Amino acid sequence: MNEQQHLDSLHDIKRIMERSTRFMSLSGLGGVGAGISALIGAYFAWNLLDGKVLPNRGGGIISYSGDSVLTFQLFLIAGAVLVAALGTGFYFTWRKAQAQGLRVWDASARKVIINLAIPLFAGGLFILGLLYNGYPGLVAPACLVFYGLGLVNASKYTVTDIRYLGYVEVALGILALFNLYNGLLFWALGFGVMHIFYGALMWWKYERNPTA
Amino acid sequence: MNPIGNLNKVFESRIRLGVMSVLMVNVNEEVSFNDLKELLEVTDGNLASHLSTLEENAYIKVHKGFIGRKTNTTYSITKAGEKAFKGHLAALEAMIKFNQ
Repeated sequence: MNEQQHLDSLHDIKRIMERSTRFMSLSGLGGVGAGISALIGAYFAWNLLDGKVLPNRGGGIISYSGDSVLTFQLFLIAGAVLVAALGTGFYFTWRKAQAQGLRVWDASARKVIINLAIPLFAGGLFILGLLYNGYPGLVAPACLVFYGLGLVNASKYTVTDIRYLGYVEVALGILALFNLYNGLLFWALGFGVMHIFYGALMWWKYERNPTA
Repeated sequence: MNPIGNLNKVFESRIRLGVMSVLMVNVNEEVSFNDLKELLEVTDGNLASHLSTLEENAYIKVHKGFIGRKTNTTYSITKAGEKAFKGHLAALEAMIKFNQ
């Protein structure tokens, strides 16, 4: 074996080690799509809250408890955002995996999903508990903190940028907790603007030149 | 000094090298035959023969189990395998430095 072959085998080792532990097909464009869905949802929620309920409280979602119609409408918006965000995220990730000739659903994808799902599931139940006890104002900070922790947890098995996105989400969640009247604003910043920012960054780093 | 002498003959095959790379970074995970097949993009027969070579050298351990009625064979690296693989990497590194 000559030197080139040895360099090739080192390259192989590195590539296989990375591919067997990290899910690299995650698409930045999917993140941008999810962010746009979140901003559209936040816009509708803002209109609902600002116009009808809290004209003098800057659109915060702190004191609408008791208005079950509004709660239901907000739930519908949240559900639609979730479906649209997951849909675009999965679609672009699937497309990227196809382009790379990889399977979307492999061992590393399973690890990402499981490690993201555990904090998210806990967060979901926690938020239901908040609503049950009449603390809707804490929903936005709780969303951000649990989602951020989920990202930090899952980032071990995918691109490292996700870890930093997770830190930012947690920080925004904590800030939101001390600015409850601007909960929706922080929510839009975390789920909308940050997804678009990190999605664009990931696209710029990994997808702009697909051959690299 | 001849650094090439330290290279491990067992790892000259790209597939065996690939198997060791995967098992090296998934120490506490169960890596199945199908996972390896997908990651390394090889045929069943080819992979099976390379795996048995690694097993004969006691570099990997084979665990036979079942998922329902289907057999599920998983693999893990042994202490000896870890040592041999690290030695091989060190030899590759030494050789590249030696040639520069």
